[in-house]
Amino acid sequence: MTAPNHNWRKFKNVFMQTLTFVCAILVVTPLLLVFYHLIKEGFSSINLAFFTQLPKPEGETGGGMSNAIVGTFVLLAQAAVIGVPVGVLGGVFLSEYGGTKLNWWIRFAADILNGVPSITWGIVVWGLLVVPMHTYSALAGGVVLGLMMIPLVMRTTEEVLQLVPGGYREAALALGIAKWRTIVQIVIRTALKGIVTGVLLALARVAGETAPLIFTALGNENWAHNLTQPIAAMPLQIFAYAIGPYNDQHRQAWAGAFVLLVLVLSINIGVRFLTRDRFQQKV
Amino acid sequence: MATDPNNSAAALTVRNLSVFFGKNAAVKNVSLDITAKAVTAIIGPSGCGKSTFLRAINRMHELNPDARMEGEIKLFGDDIYSRTVESVTVRRRIGMVFQKSNPFPTMSIFENVTVGLRLNGMRDRKMLAERTEESLRMAALWDEVKDRLNAPAISLSGGQQQRLCIARALAVQPEVLLMDEPASALDPLATAKIEDLIVSLKKDYTIVIVTHNMQQAARASDFTAFFYLGELVECGPTPKIFTSPAQKRTEDYVTGRFG
Amino acid sequence: MENNFEIGLEALRQKLLLMASHAETAVNQSVQALVQRDYDLALRVKEDDRVIDQFEVEIDDLVIQLLTKAPLATNLRLVTVAMKISQNLERVGDEASKIAKRARDLSQEPPVKITIDLPRMADMALAMLKSSLDTFVNKDPVAARAIIPRDKEVDALNKQIHEILAQHMVANPDTISRCLNWMVACKSLERIADHAKNIAEEVVYLYEAQDIRHTGNKGQGAPLPA
Repeated sequence: MTAPNHNWRKFKNVFMQTLTFVCAILVVTPLLLVFYHLIKEGFSSINLAFFTQLPKPEGETGGGMSNAIVGTFVLLAQAAVIGVPVGVLGGVFLSEYGGTKLNWWIRFAADILNGVPSITWGIVVWGLLVVPMHTYSALAGGVVLGLMMIPLVMRTTEEVLQLVPGGYREAALALGIAKWRTIVQIVIRTALKGIVTGVLLALARVAGETAPLIFTALGNENWAHNLTQPIAAMPLQIFAYAIGPYNDQHRQAWAGAFVLLVLVLSINIGVRFLTRDRFQQKV
Repeated sequence: MATDPNNSAAALTVRNLSVFFGKNAAVKNVSLDITAKAVTAIIGPSGCGKSTFLRAINRMHELNPDARMEGEIKLFGDDIYSRTVESVTVRRRIGMVFQKSNPFPTMSIFENVTVGLRLNGMRDRKMLAERTEESLRMAALWDEVKDRLNAPAISLSGGQQQRLCIARALAVQPEVLLMDEPASALDPLATAKIEDLIVSLKKDYTIVIVTHNMQQAARASDFTAFFYLGELVECGPTPKIFTSPAQKRTEDYVTGRFG
Repeated sequence: MENNFEIGLEALRQKLLLMASHAETAVNQSVQALVQRDYDLALRVKEDDRVIDQFEVEIDDLVIQLLTKAPLATNLRLVTVAMKISQNLERVGDEASKIAKRARDLSQEPPVKITIDLPRMADMALAMLKSSLDTFVNKDPVAARAIIPRDKEVDALNKQIHEILAQHMVANPDTISRCLNWMVACKSLERIADHAKNIAEEVVYLYEAQDIRHTGNKGQGAPLPA
């Protein structure tokens, strides 16, 4: 081992270490920048009025996004009602039943759907619901978000179920437990945390979608009184304010973006908390 | 132990059993009697079909779409592959313990032991508690866990977990217990406990154990069957197989010349 | 492929054969000392018995070591049979020693004027011993079974010699102590033949897995494939 080789190797090691460290920092930087900006611009506008008042008419200052906040939750609730059962059961089918050929096609379709641009989803549901109903509606908004959730939840559910070791299924079946009972009481129960994680992350993802809502929920300056009326939603409101001419609205757009980020962040942190390791497994 | 069609002491009579995976025959035309309330060990080198044979007994191959079965297996005279018999019924009469212990991780010790009963409809708490104690005693685990039945099952050691799985299988009160290399993942002390357990269980259950450990077969079984390349080469009382086997292939395997 | 265990088995076999040759030599020499009234030869036989005893200890030790490796089937039978054959050979050595002792005593006194066919008996016993060890080496249980009935002939000859000696003692009381010595020597030869028979029975067990000790049925049996 001659001295020059040794030094060259050492240099390579240090270089790679530094390079990868710098890249890691670069990844985190945008997140920190976003935080910084949102807090700087939007935090000042966060007050009680923001959460409790309706938007003021054009030109007037003050007011809040209460209807948009509620609207987002209404849409997410509908999305969950549609997305969770279909997605989870679809995932169960892919993992536990079905022939390999059929499963391959279903997975292929789900992966394609996951890649479809959200605006396309919006237009499709516009054609399917908004046009026949002759109105933009909260229902359509919930439906589009729900449909977007389905392939997402299906794939994560399938993956999580596949992680459940086959040994548990075998053990349950060997006890004379029927297959469907095994799936529900043993497999799903074991994978439950993972399934819930998948659902929550899908919800967090669709919570921020704007484009599909443009064609379905449309937005509302006021409260929607039933699901067949257009409804306000945070991304829509943020967009409307951001492109408007008024400073006060810009302020509120920042605030809205901040609240939305906090919502998504809370879901993610909540997920991490839920999936923490409570038991130490003895080897 | 010959394949005697009138052997009334046989718990399981296997006739011309073949198991195919696609075109490949993993078990070829095996006929065998398993004596009731005795321990039968199945030995042979890797890939000889012993696990495949074992799993055919409780219809576990039905989980595999590529698997195909020919031949007949009767449990105390009942054809277990008959179309009128559900696999669920068969598996309540024939239990199985696996190589890697697999207590359900989301359940406590008590819940694990009673899972076979509860998920088949039993609700009577008193009965469940009684069965739990009975099964854990039979599995030589009761004294170690009686004060913490609600603790998570995965908090037990490897050897304890395996005994828990045995208790879980026994709680359903099967007639036959199949064991697929139950001690191969355990240390020698835990292995010895499992072997003692097997010997004590045989007065109430018929046990079939697959093992690659010949010493274990010699210690714990009454009868031994030697499988090679999917065929049953020889079967007989354990002392005879290990002191003076009739077939050369058995002799070669047992003295370590191959396998 | 030779593994550690097979090497151990081979060592056991070799030791046993070595012990056997020492035992055969001891019997040969003791009979020779008896017939030729050779005091020194008889003394040497007594001293050499220590070697045979040592062999028994070593073989037992080797057997225990091999047993810890948990041998099965033929290997198991070989190991246990080796132990028993060594015990029989050790006794053969002891009997040869006894004959040597009688040889020493008789050589100190004038010879008895009597013809007894002790040499023939010695030949028969020695032949049985040699044959039984050959069947062990040659893995020939059928030949081993053939050895067993020969023990009866040796017994018959022993009885015959006894009667001759007994008559002589009655007629010539001054030869009593010398005749008794001859009787004891013959008895030892008869025992040697018994031990040879035992060895043959062990060989049958080893290669046929049939225990034919203490049974009247000696003729049948077929060897196991091995």
